Amino acid sequence: MLDKNGIAKRIAKEIKDGFYVNLGIGIPTLVANYIPDGINIVLQSENGLLGMGAFPFEGEEDPDLINAGKQTITTLPGSAYFDSAMSFGMIRSQKIDLTILGAMEVSENGDIANWKIPGKMVKGMGGAMDLVASAKNIIVAMQHVNKLGESKLLQKCTLPLTGINCIKKIVTELAVLDVLPGGGFKLLERAPGVSVAYIKQSTLGKLFAEDDVPEMFLD
Amino acid sequence: MINKVVKGAVEAIEDIKDGDTLMLGGFGLCGIPENLIAALVKKGVKQLTCISNNAGIDDFGIGLMLRKHQVKKMIASYVGENAEFERQLLSGELEVELIPQGTLATRCMAAGYGMPAIFTPAGVGTEVAEGKESRNFNGKEYLMEYAFDADFALIKAWKGDTAGNLIFRATSRNFNPIMAMAGKITIAEVEELVEVGELDPDHVHTPGVYVHRVFEGVNYEKRIEQRTVIKKS
Repeated sequence: MLDKNGIAKRIAKEIKDGFYVNLGIGIPTLVANYIPDGINIVLQSENGLLGMGAFPFEGEEDPDLINAGKQTITTLPGSAYFDSAMSFGMIRSQKIDLTILGAMEVSENGDIANWKIPGKMVKGMGGAMDLVASAKNIIVAMQHVNKLGESKLLQKCTLPLTGINCIKKIVTELAVLDVLPGGGFKLLERAPGVSVAYIKQSTLGKLFAEDDVPEMFLD
Repeated sequence: MINKVVKGAVEAIEDIKDGDTLMLGGFGLCGIPENLIAALVKKGVKQLTCISNNAGIDDFGIGLMLRKHQVKKMIASYVGENAEFERQLLSGELEVELIPQGTLATRCMAAGYGMPAIFTPAGVGTEVAEGKESRNFNGKEYLMEYAFDADFALIKAWKGDTAGNLIFRATSRNFNPIMAMAGKITIAEVEELVEVGELDPDHVHTPGVYVHRVFEGVNYEKRIEQRTVIKKS
């Protein structure tokens, strides 16, 4: 079973040289720590920056320079600032190659819910609906099951949707899965030490799994 | 050159009245019009509709206006950092319309470009789409979203000249330039006000034609919401 850093590490392997990437809050942010050597990418922050760098050194933080999670950050050489309309313009017109974001639920037809729990959480969708509606390549980083052991990979989402038919790849603490164009999850890789049977039992949506599914390669 | 300078925030908002619709620039607390918000709180105008990406925090930004119950309706994309906001929302005191961030930005842009509506895929198939006209282009579904209609846009820039030309700094640019274009009357507070001729026209982000009033703000706090740093070893 993977921890959060393990999930981030596995997702980092999906990133290709020359990609412009948008990372969501939570596990996706950790992906930046595992970009393989020799892979050059540019991180987009949808509040208006391409070329996001690391956190600043203590005492060097700049209140005018934050990421979409409102954290103080730095820029890398070659960065550019822009306004919010242009930021979502480049998302909508698919100039951003890859979006990585978290989810509370994903359904077997690629619907995602990650912004609202009725009666409990009313924070808003921020840029998530724009990102999932437009990105050509989305990877979801999520927990396969909740604290009670209940599957979050479902036939149909129970929470209010963020977007429909948009998720194609999911990395969880248990597995790497594709969402098939005709519906259903396809098991591609198992996390170290996790059996196919356990993944089947943890997936409520339709799951296609061969008997022999390779274990993830993380290093 | 036309002179847009007003004395300060109090004079700048003199004609804002109860029930007006305001746009407020900023992302989180980054690039918010601190002086104008303070003046609105002092003036006590009520029943406002506020269009802004966020609603501030409990004791800063739009949160200060919420605390005094000046806001009737909030149109925003993310309001997670404000407990008073959540309380007023759940108790029904505050009307809230949550919309995708890109939709918010582009509805500002449409207003500034003189276009009545836009089509966006954001929110298709979700509760955001309820009651909205949709249309299929090239096999993909899009929602029609209207340009905003705001009485005033209150924005914050880094530098401005007396003719209202503006330059923004780093990510405090965010919604400011597009809201500047969208307001019927746009009021800009700047950290540094200079004479005409001092800004290189090639560096101007917002041309003065969009700005009706400009003044140099005072006592900027520029609060940081999430101070994330690396310790120097």
